[in-house]
Order: sequence, then C-alpha cells, then structure tokens
Amino acid sequence: MSQDIAVLGVGMHPWGKWGRNFSEYGVYAAREALKDAGIPWQDVQFVSGAATMRCGYPGYVAGATIAQALGWHGAEVNTSYAACASGSQALAAARAKILAGECEVALVVGADTTPKGFLAPAKGHRPEDPDWLRFYLGITNPTYFALYARRRMDLYGDTEADFGLVKIKNSENGFTNPNARYKKKFTMEEILNSAMVADPLRLLQICATSDGGAAMIVSSMDYAKRIGKANAVKVAAVSTVTPTFASAVVEMPDIATDSAAAAGVEAHSFRAALPKKAYEQAGIGPEDVSLAEVYDLSSALELDWYEDLMLCPRGEAAQMVREGATKLGGRLPVNTSGGLACFGEAVPAQAIAQVCELTWQLRGQAGERQIENAKVGITANQGLFGHGSSVILKK
Amino acid sequence: MSNKPVQAAIEGWFTLDTDTPHLIGACCEQCGTYYFPKTLSFCKNPACDSTTFNEVELSRQGKIWSYTNACYKPPEPFVAEEPFVPYAIAAVELEKEQMIILGQVVKGVGVDQLKVGQTAELVLEALHEDDEAVKVTWKWQPIAQGESA
Repeated sequence: MSQDIAVLGVGMHPWGKWGRNFSEYGVYAAREALKDAGIPWQDVQFVSGAATMRCGYPGYVAGATIAQALGWHGAEVNTSYAACASGSQALAAARAKILAGECEVALVVGADTTPKGFLAPAKGHRPEDPDWLRFYLGITNPTYFALYARRRMDLYGDTEADFGLVKIKNSENGFTNPNARYKKKFTMEEILNSAMVADPLRLLQICATSDGGAAMIVSSMDYAKRIGKANAVKVAAVSTVTPTFASAVVEMPDIATDSAAAAGVEAHSFRAALPKKAYEQAGIGPEDVSLAEVYDLSSALELDWYEDLMLCPRGEAAQMVREGATKLGGRLPVNTSGGLACFGEAVPAQAIAQVCELTWQLRGQAGERQIENAKVGITANQGLFGHGSSVILKK
Repeated sequence: MSNKPVQAAIEGWFTLDTDTPHLIGACCEQCGTYYFPKTLSFCKNPACDSTTFNEVELSRQGKIWSYTNACYKPPEPFVAEEPFVPYAIAAVELEKEQMIILGQVVKGVGVDQLKVGQTAELVLEALHEDDEAVKVTWKWQPIAQGESA
C-alpha cells in the first residue's frame, strides 16, 4: 500500500511582528490553502493544529480554536505540541489519520504571535524544570547554537565568514519572497560588524521570533484522483524519531548530556537519526534530493544540517557554501524561502512553512526563487530536548 | 564581597565546600550511568530498569567541549548585575562520567582565554545576591596545561 498522501493546497500569512491574535493568521493561511486546493472548508474532515504556548488556552488547543474561527462544521480535531517541530507532528497526525482510512481530507495549520526579545521560560520559581533552571543560570537559546558553531570552527576549521556566507545566501533568497519578514540583502561587512550576541554568533546570524501562520490541505491519493489532482505533490515521509541514549550533544534546554559511562551504549544525535528514517520511509536517498529547507536557528546550524541530511560528508558543509552549491542556481539549493534568517521563527507555523516552500518549488510556482527541475525536497527542524522532525516531499 | 551568608543558588546540586566543591550527581546501581542533575527515580538507559541510585560527587575537572559567552542580559529568572557584565559559558566534558555539563565561566575570563580541549575545574562563585544571602553556583575555571592535577 502506498504511504503517500497528496498536498492539495498550501497557504501562508506573511511573517512579521503584526501583534494580532494568532488565530487570525491561522485562519488566513487556512483559507489560502483551501483556495489553493480548490475545495470548500466543509470538505475538511480533520483539523490538525500545531499549538502555541504563548497565547493562553486558545493556543494550547490551536486546532479547535482555528476550526471554530473557520466555522464549526463537525470536523474532528487534534492539537500537537513539539516546540519548533509542532507543525510536522501536526502533519504526522493528519497523515496517520488519512493512511488509516479514517479521513480523506485534512487541514494542517499552525500560527503564532510572539513577544519581543529572547524567548523566556514559563513564570514562577520552578527549579525542577530544566528550562527555568538554565535561564536562572544565564543560559539562553543562542548559547546552545553558539556552542555548536564553536565546535564547527574547532573541528572543521569553519570561519565566521563561512557563517556569514550562509546569511548572505538566505537574505538573497528571501529578498523576493512575499511571505518573508526581512527583505534585505546583507553584505559580509554588515554581518560581521553586527553586535556579538553569543560568541562567535552575531545578531545577524541568529534568528528572531515572528508572528505568522502556515497551512496545508492534505488528502488521500484516492481523493486527489477523484478531484482531478492525481499529479499533486506528495508527502513521502514524516520522521519524528528521537535520539538514541546516551545523547552526546548538549541539547536545549538541558544543562547536561546523558552519561555514556554504561557499557555498550553508543550515542546517535537526533539530527543525524531524523533524515535517515525519512529517507528510509520515502524509499529514496540523499542523492535524489533537489532542495532542502532546514532550521537555520543560527547561520552555523544550517551547516550542521547539510551533514545530517547527508548532502555532504561530515565536516564539509562550509565548502558547499563557499562553492555556492546551496545558492539558488547551485546544484543543491538550501533554504530557497530565505529560511529563518528572513522569516524569524513563528514556532508552530515554521515546520509547515518549510513544507509550503517545497510544495511551491516542486510545482514550479516559486516565482523568482524558483529552482530548475525540482523533484524531491526535504525539511529538517528541531524541537526541544533533542527531538525534531524531517519531512520529504516528492513530485 | 558582602557579609551576607552564602547559600546554594540551587539546593542540593553541589557541595558548598569552598576549596574543592563538587557537583552532586547520581549513579545507577545496576548499569553505572551517571546523572546530573541527580535522578533517583528511574534509570534513563533504555536497557536498564533500575530504580536504585547512589548519590555521588562528580569529577571536578574536565575538558572544554565548547564555549561561548552572553553579551546581552538574559531574561528572568536570571538576576543580572546593573550594569550587566557579559560572562563566558563553557560546556565541559567529564571523562569518567562521559557527560558534558554546562556552566558559566568564572568572572574575569573571556572567550579569548578559552580553547576547546583545555582543562577546566569546578569552583563556586556568586550567581546573584538577594536581601538575605549571596547565592552561589558552580562555575568553570580554566586551568593552564600542566597545572591540572
């Protein structure tokens, strides 16, 4: 039995700092996706929402909140939360429901309204919560990205300029994307002169937080055929695998790694494990990938993903950027949307936005960002405590 | 320094022995996996179903796995000095325990004085003060090669 489901429609609300209720962005994106799919809202049998933790109860039950805002019509509902990987988990829930034959058409939607500045932990005195604790000790999100960036410099000889090239590439890609928040082509000088936040990472190499919304309409292949969309882009894999104990990389928000002192335990990071499972599910390999959308929480982290997605051998990602291989027009474009560098992160919407971009690219509808001959796209993102997700789309 | 009493910023996470402080971890009685912060309920090794642990003092020295700094004031619950003074942060790998532990680096040591692979030692230093006490935490102090015990 085919494990594919069809992507009938995608839609986004532009990213920004709009300050409106998150559900407005969700409804806007959902309506865009319905329009793109060419089906009425009443045909959606399952609403799979990605939650936001910053907007009170309506955010915790985002699937129901957005379904109500679109107009109740008796659809089933679900809400997923996995921090930055929430959107993929919402897609995974919809895919499972469709493949189990329990529904034919589903809406996957995520939207967020974010505060200014650093993301902060939940309030109160809660030393039993590692997220609270690390902020108390002075360890913010950029700390982790900076530790990984420094490792790259030490192990592979990457330079601040290499990380700068990633930012330049992404800022050029996002420049013409109508949904991107930051539309400015940055120069190396501007990047390397921006304020140091967490050495070696500077302000222009760390992603901001944004408001935004993204949605997709997915269906069974049978349904797609019935409405004349047998050639729709397909979701070929959704991987949400966790690491293998003992995880050897210190992951946000933990203060320490697992101990690998027990005999016979070999560590695998979730970043490397995720795409392996996705490739296996889809029955394709890294050599088939035409483009990728990865989580550039920092410009340096984008390079880690090239290696984890097996787009190049470990340690050689910076060389890909230096050669321009991952630019528009390169042999393997990465973050054609502009990535988090141009969007800023709208947590529950971001993983869905990655899939929207792949869909437009595979359909040949990406406008000035369009790459040639796109057949297979892969996404990668990360949640908290060392888990994340990876989605593969194919023509 | 103030005359206020010294208290642990986080109760039970480290000894308050000023000369040779230790982080307090746990070691699984069955499989030997270490935990910090200490776990005394269920072992997280998927191959181990133990519920018995010994409280142990972790190694005081390790090698710097990576490092960075905080140039901007973190949000609450961090309590910042005014004006805010940037501080370095190190991820230190303990050899015996085979784990990496994050912590601030002692005051006065910047990223330009740190290197991956360098030895660092655990010390106690003030995290912040409140009305009643100086709250101390563990910090990493890099030590020159050859100086390590």
